[in-house]
Amino acid sequence: MTGRELLEARDLRKTYPAGRTGKRVAAVDRVSFRIDTGETVAFVGESGSGKTTIGRLVARLETADAGSIRFDGEDWLALSGEALRRKRRHVQIVFQDPQTSLNPRMRVGDQVAEPLRVQKLVGRRELEDRVAALLREVGLDPAASARFPSEFSGGQRQRIAIARALATRPRLLVCDEPVSALDASVAAQIINLLLDLQRDLGLAYLFISHDLPLVSRVADRVAVLYLGRIVEEGPAATLIARPLHPYTAALISSVPGHGPGEPAARIALAGEPGRGTAENPGCDFAPRCPIARPRCRVEVPPLAKIFPGSRAACFYPGELRVPTL
Amino acid sequence: MIPDVPAAGPDAYPLLRAVDLRVEVPVDGILRPAVDGISLTMGRGECLAVVGESGCGKTMLGRALLDLLPEGARRSGSVHLDGHDLSGITDAEWSGIRGRRIALVFQEPGAALDPVRTIGAQIDEALRRGDRGNSGARRRRAASLLAEVAFPDPERGLAEYAHRLSGGQRQRAFLAIALAGDPALLIADEPTASLDATVAADVLDLLDRLRRERGLSLLLITHDLASAARRADRVLVLYAGRIAEEGPARSVLLEPRHPYTRALLACVPRLSDAASLGRRLPAIPGSVPDLAFRPRGVCAFVPRCPDRFAPCDLEEPLLYPAGSSLARCFLFAPSLLPAVADPAR
Repeated sequence: MTGRELLEARDLRKTYPAGRTGKRVAAVDRVSFRIDTGETVAFVGESGSGKTTIGRLVARLETADAGSIRFDGEDWLALSGEALRRKRRHVQIVFQDPQTSLNPRMRVGDQVAEPLRVQKLVGRRELEDRVAALLREVGLDPAASARFPSEFSGGQRQRIAIARALATRPRLLVCDEPVSALDASVAAQIINLLLDLQRDLGLAYLFISHDLPLVSRVADRVAVLYLGRIVEEGPAATLIARPLHPYTAALISSVPGHGPGEPAARIALAGEPGRGTAENPGCDFAPRCPIARPRCRVEVPPLAKIFPGSRAACFYPGELRVPTL
Repeated sequence: MIPDVPAAGPDAYPLLRAVDLRVEVPVDGILRPAVDGISLTMGRGECLAVVGESGCGKTMLGRALLDLLPEGARRSGSVHLDGHDLSGITDAEWSGIRGRRIALVFQEPGAALDPVRTIGAQIDEALRRGDRGNSGARRRRAASLLAEVAFPDPERGLAEYAHRLSGGQRQRAFLAIALAGDPALLIADEPTASLDATVAADVLDLLDRLRRERGLSLLLITHDLASAARRADRVLVLYAGRIAEEGPARSVLLEPRHPYTRALLACVPRLSDAASLGRRLPAIPGSVPDLAFRPRGVCAFVPRCPDRFAPCDLEEPLLYPAGSSLARCFLFAPSLLPAVADPAR
């Protein structure tokens, strides 16, 4: 299913002004990753981890301060103007809340057709047929075309947003928390739709989520973010069975389990996320880390290969275990 | 049909008892039942989880217990607190109950906190409503409440404003205000839905501790069946305004009976699923029916149910005993039992 390299990001960095202090805080810092064709790579983290910013950088909705992205062999961040407009069709994005990402005053059919019109991909005659086919593809009746988003449920609206994102036949879909605004039973339907589309169209997903169990179901590889940096990356099953970074272990342990192999007790973390300062030049996670040593408070651990396919930014990888049932 | 819950205290009455509670809300000018005949009993120090998807009536149920209903809504049925019937009591009597006997915490503490007053001033206001001592005593009490909810640096917290706090700190501050009236029952409506997983678990642990230390009863309203069932004593699973299943938390989680409960647990991915990478989830088809389009006189879950059989389309099931739980499903109707081949149910 997965194959050759589709996208490679190197040392991405994005900063924002920190309040009125005049300083800048890095939302994303030295983030590197690769996505192959037809593959799902998930970014997991809590608020402020930078996961949404990474998705927006890849979709060219934000401009990186530093770093590079190669997409399909091209310098993706260097594209501009007409060249960017033409290439943009290959990377589309689906947002968390279709309530706000769809235009309430525009008919569903027009919204799904919009990317096709902008990209001038289809003639006017064909447009209607393409929209109908797209709506069918996401499990909606083509009659939906003439209606407005408010006439649909949350799950149906997310289907409309997905149809619109698929209109240009992208090769990579950035899914930013695509089901977290939905009820469990509807979320499962949307996940199944995304899995079906991937199988049928060979799509690659950059899947952004805070939901580790969901990610373990859909992603080939998972990157765990903490305060803008990747602290661990690896195949989903390995990462969950054998977390290397203590933050990953804590995240896993906070998922309530009730079956064999699931977390039995929670690894509680002290306080809330706080970035390193001049006085605290070490690992960002050290102040909350249950296994921090003196070294962790003075030195930043690099993201290093621990075993083939798995990287972690910790001096003591794998030391903190998740108690399981 | 309500199982007997032994009162934890010496009192003859359970802390809270609601019988056949019904809330009708206007939808396009027609009253529709958002809460459709729910009965429940809560003992002292007990945690009851009310679980369901949006539109199941769980928030409206919490509001109905405090008579905090939207404009034009109509409530019927009865609510008893410590054996006292709360139907028809005056607004003045209600204000002696809200915040004092029963407190409410919401999902978005940011919206519930006053942005222009300090946390200390807001706790103080709640303490003054309860006539709790002079200003010096109230200040000490306010600081000790913040300490009780494990607010970092309580003394400084008194002078803080909501916007300067993190989501977790806001929820702690809001809990301190809720506890100022020394309530016997806390109704927590999705108290952690807007928080990150690690912070959410901290807040739920805090609620557990308050329950133990204060003997507080907790009505936990949530969409998350698995995490609620780990903390609650009993669980009510709501569907379309009615109780679909109720029982001891462990039974509902580990041996769900109602097809809806089983489907709801099955469609949520689990960590132990990592081996099923890329496999479709067992989704429930369709969605919770809108208030205006609810099936009447038949089982409300029928259009989505994998186990529907002849009687489901003919009449509405009652709550029948199913193992140590109750389930509103004909699979467990005593008169139909011989017709059902699967004895495991």
